[in-house]
Amino acid sequence: MSNQKKNDNGSQNTNSVETKVADTKKGGKNATGSTFVVTASGSTLEYAAPVKRDKKFTWKEVKRQKSLIFISALVFIYGCIFYYWPLTGWGMAFVDYKPTAGILGSKWIGLEKFEFLFTNPLNKFWPTMRNTFCMGLLNLVTTTVMAVLFAILLNEIKSNIIKKPIQTISYLPHFLSWIIVTGILHDSLSSTGIVNDLLMKMGAIDSPINAFAEPNYFWGIVAFANCWKETGWNAIIYLAAITSIDPCLYEAASIDGAGRLQKIRYITLPGIRPTFMILLLINVGNVLNAGFEVQYLLGNGLVKSVSQTIDIFVLDWGISQNDFSLGSAAGIFKSVISIVLIFIANTIAKKTGDERLF
Amino acid sequence: MSDEIQVQETDVKASGDRDTVVLKKTAPEYTKYKRAKKLTHHVSASNVIFNIFLVLFMVIFVVITIYPVINTIALSFNDGGDAVRGGIYLLPRKFAMKNYETVLAIENFPVGAKISVLRTVIGTLSSLAVNALLAFVVSRKRFLFKTSLSFFWVLTMYVNGGLIPIFVLYKNLGFTDSFWVYIVPGMISAWNMLVLRTYMNGLPDSLEESAQLDGAGYWTIFVKIISPLCKPVYATIALFVAVGQWNSWFDAMLYNKTSAIYTTLQYELMKLLSSVMQQSGSADSAKNNAASATVTPITVRAAATVVTMLPIICLYPFLQRYFVTGLTIGGVKE
Repeated sequence: MSNQKKNDNGSQNTNSVETKVADTKKGGKNATGSTFVVTASGSTLEYAAPVKRDKKFTWKEVKRQKSLIFISALVFIYGCIFYYWPLTGWGMAFVDYKPTAGILGSKWIGLEKFEFLFTNPLNKFWPTMRNTFCMGLLNLVTTTVMAVLFAILLNEIKSNIIKKPIQTISYLPHFLSWIIVTGILHDSLSSTGIVNDLLMKMGAIDSPINAFAEPNYFWGIVAFANCWKETGWNAIIYLAAITSIDPCLYEAASIDGAGRLQKIRYITLPGIRPTFMILLLINVGNVLNAGFEVQYLLGNGLVKSVSQTIDIFVLDWGISQNDFSLGSAAGIFKSVISIVLIFIANTIAKKTGDERLF
Repeated sequence: MSDEIQVQETDVKASGDRDTVVLKKTAPEYTKYKRAKKLTHHVSASNVIFNIFLVLFMVIFVVITIYPVINTIALSFNDGGDAVRGGIYLLPRKFAMKNYETVLAIENFPVGAKISVLRTVIGTLSSLAVNALLAFVVSRKRFLFKTSLSFFWVLTMYVNGGLIPIFVLYKNLGFTDSFWVYIVPGMISAWNMLVLRTYMNGLPDSLEESAQLDGAGYWTIFVKIISPLCKPVYATIALFVAVGQWNSWFDAMLYNKTSAIYTTLQYELMKLLSSVMQQSGSADSAKNNAASATVTPITVRAAATVVTMLPIICLYPFLQRYFVTGLTIGGVKE
């Protein structure tokens, strides 16, 4: 982490490498009052000092910056086309969209598609919502717990010779595509795979379980797959946060006779709390986004009732069945729920006095 | 951590907050710390239990992470009919290269490999160039549209049209059945731009000012002064984009399903996967058929998986320095 002393030149950042620690009152071991602002870079806290900007909108300045403005104009056009123009496609949800006629040329139907989405049980929209939400939440909880646990335990390993290889191995699955991960998972859980093999050798089962045919296992498999792929990767940021905790705190705790578990409980965990909260806030908004690739690749007819997520729903209706309007309506609903989730999480963070996004 | 304690030198500042002391560590205190650290290394029951738990956890973690990968490699070198019997763990039982021969003989596989390499190379280079240029523009302190252009891009991280409108747009723009759908639409990414910008913001202004005094224009400053200093962060972004390009399959399925000349390695692998999964639905019949065959879908799929993940497995250990940097810079995004 030491190769990041990029701000040492002190341009406008007052790059204060300081950690303010609330006075450990009268031998108290509790450090929850500390005011860490743990940036992910681990060691540095950056406060952008107010800069005097000598920006003046004059003709001379425009002329001087003409190359910058030229590039800006190009990327602005690019952004409008590829990021902002699709927003107009939300209009598709309110018309009976015909590709040849365009949005404005198609017949206005108002909220008819939404009504169909919410009230018609045949399209299985609400079970789809439930699947997406539950799997998203389950993934969020398990991956976060695993990442924090792994980071804390890895930090307890003192020898670099052991620690570094473990960390390198832990990143590996992050770089494999979901295709590969699901393929490997499928091998492991197949009738001749390692899981059935072990279970049969231990005598827990008599005949191999076909895990992918059993709806009860599906969410668990997806959560496991996510943990397998991302634990090491997600732990990087927590490890950085742990590194930034002042060693004096551990020293003081040791002198007071704290054991390793107590040090984890009273120093490490409070120390990574801000990082934890920020990541939680960011990820809560993504709960509904976290369900496409695994479910699409692992899902099959037998488990469809629990594997279908909104994104697959949109793909099925919009692309396969060419009902663009219904697909858009489901997409809009998902976006709205995501925004609501972010606001709820942010409000809770504000109430409990934690870090927040805005 | 004990062997790499970072002694952070901080100034003692007059602080308004009464409860706050700014810690300052000096050399004698540091040795004292080391000594105190040693003292705590006494053997206690809870410490032993903790250590056992730690070792167990790490061993299980490493085994679960690495075993499936090794197993896949072993399977890929094993005779197909033999593999159906199961019981292959870390090494192939009946060595065969037939699986790889079969994979390379699959009609679309070499095409997919070519397209995957092309999209990774072209996509990474173009994306890096454009994102770096954009980051350079929005990190100029005197730039007139600095804030508004940043906001314009940051907003794209939170609002997007969704799958269907994007699909319709690409179709209308002629990006279906085309190689360029892999390159052009995702070229600028706000997140990558932010990482680059954060890094560039940290470079001193005086570099730009002195270059300007010497008569350099913005292009010269970007190419000759800023870019050489940004090598580490460029490497990070290039790595992220390259991995993303290499691993991406959904765009090939959605936009180029019908044109086999633009298929990618991952998409071909996905087709193999779904064919294997369908067969496992009727596992017993497949087993009977496969027992006599020298190649089976499972071993062929394993070989294809190894071919697809080989570049990544070989490269990532050497590049981890860069992605750790990138992730930690990225986290500081404002």
